[in-house]
Amino acid sequence: MGLTHQSSGKGALREDYLNYNVKGDYVIALAGNPNTGKSTVFNALTGLKQHTGNWPGKTVVQALGNYKHGQKQITLVDLPGTYSLLANSPEEQVARDFICFAEPDATVVVVDATCLERNLNLALQVLEITPKSIICLNLMDEARRKKIKIDVPALANKLGVPVIPTAARNGEGLTLLKDTINLVAAGAIELNPKRLVYDAKLEAAILELAGELDSLLPPQINRRWIALRLIDGDYTVVDGIRKFLEKKLVKEDFAS
Amino acid sequence: MDATHGNSNLVSLCVGQRGVVTSLAAEGIGRRRMLDLGLVPGTIVESVRRSPAGDPTAYIIRGTVIALRSEESSKIFVNPL
Ligand SMILES: Nc1nc2c(ncn2[C@@H]2O[C@H](COP(=O)(O)OP(=O)(O)OP(=O)(O)O)[C@@H](O)[C@H]2O)c(=O)[nH]1
Ligand SMILES: [Mg+2]
Repeated sequence: MGLTHQSSGKGALREDYLNYNVKGDYVIALAGNPNTGKSTVFNALTGLKQHTGNWPGKTVVQALGNYKHGQKQITLVDLPGTYSLLANSPEEQVARDFICFAEPDATVVVVDATCLERNLNLALQVLEITPKSIICLNLMDEARRKKIKIDVPALANKLGVPVIPTAARNGEGLTLLKDTINLVAAGAIELNPKRLVYDAKLEAAILELAGELDSLLPPQINRRWIALRLIDGDYTVVDGIRKFLEKKLVKEDFAS
Repeated sequence: MDATHGNSNLVSLCVGQRGVVTSLAAEGIGRRRMLDLGLVPGTIVESVRRSPAGDPTAYIIRGTVIALRSEESSKIFVNPL
């Protein structure tokens, strides 16, 4: 008897993080700075098929929606808009724990093409957690109006993940975005995300700590990223790991 | 005067004046927040408005207007332009 989607742990765990019965093929997260057009992208892709509520245990609003594209049924998760994943507001914790522990099949980072520099901070933080990322370069119509030119292939090359220019309010670029989501979720695109390299002393510490963490964490958790947080003195991540392991153990008890 | 950080912080900028960030005298989450706002060395910051009570003050940081309390801005060191 093979593992079904439900009993493989992955699908089931996500449902704990979402408090929602996920059906279909892929779960895709939508991240981004505030006011970059995440909800506009979300609404354009999902139409009116939405489910809203709060994130489990938090007063942060959660929106989920479904759509179908290329024979795949997709659940889209609109994460709270944040400038960072590291400053520990409830919104940032929700976004970060979902990307790190719930293992979405892909994470789309919606960035503002008129204000790219500010937006790349969050994009790089997401890339540091998960390679399965896509940059949605939104507000391209505004950028054109402001005569801002962006070398999209160069940006994609530097970041090592697909960059899709869009103007979500008038639907521009959304078909290509949906195609790309399916390809990344299916593992059909080679991803080579920009990795931040720290100074030698820090890199040595990361290596040592990641080694110590290796036997403690399930294989899908990004050890380098956890090590970085611990070095940062950010112990909320320990709480995140504890919750993840509790959920996982409960699921495994039921499965056996 | 501060030997490690130079002699001006953001608080000392007059409204309309600009400065280049040289260093941050904050640690941990406070430092993280500043970095996430784009306050890294070399960043130009302009003081644009002071609240009637004198605190907080609004600054333009990388194209966005952001209000900072003197508690934070006193830890951001700049070379005035
Ligand atoms: N010109 C233009 N406006 C857009 C585009 N996408 C979104 N907008 C507008 O930008 C504003 C913000 O869009 P939202 O979708 O609410 O942004 P958001 O990222 O969900 O914002 P928060 O949830 O508050 O973080 C709205 O007025 C949208 O109509 C676009 O591609 N071009
Ligand atoms: Mg929104």
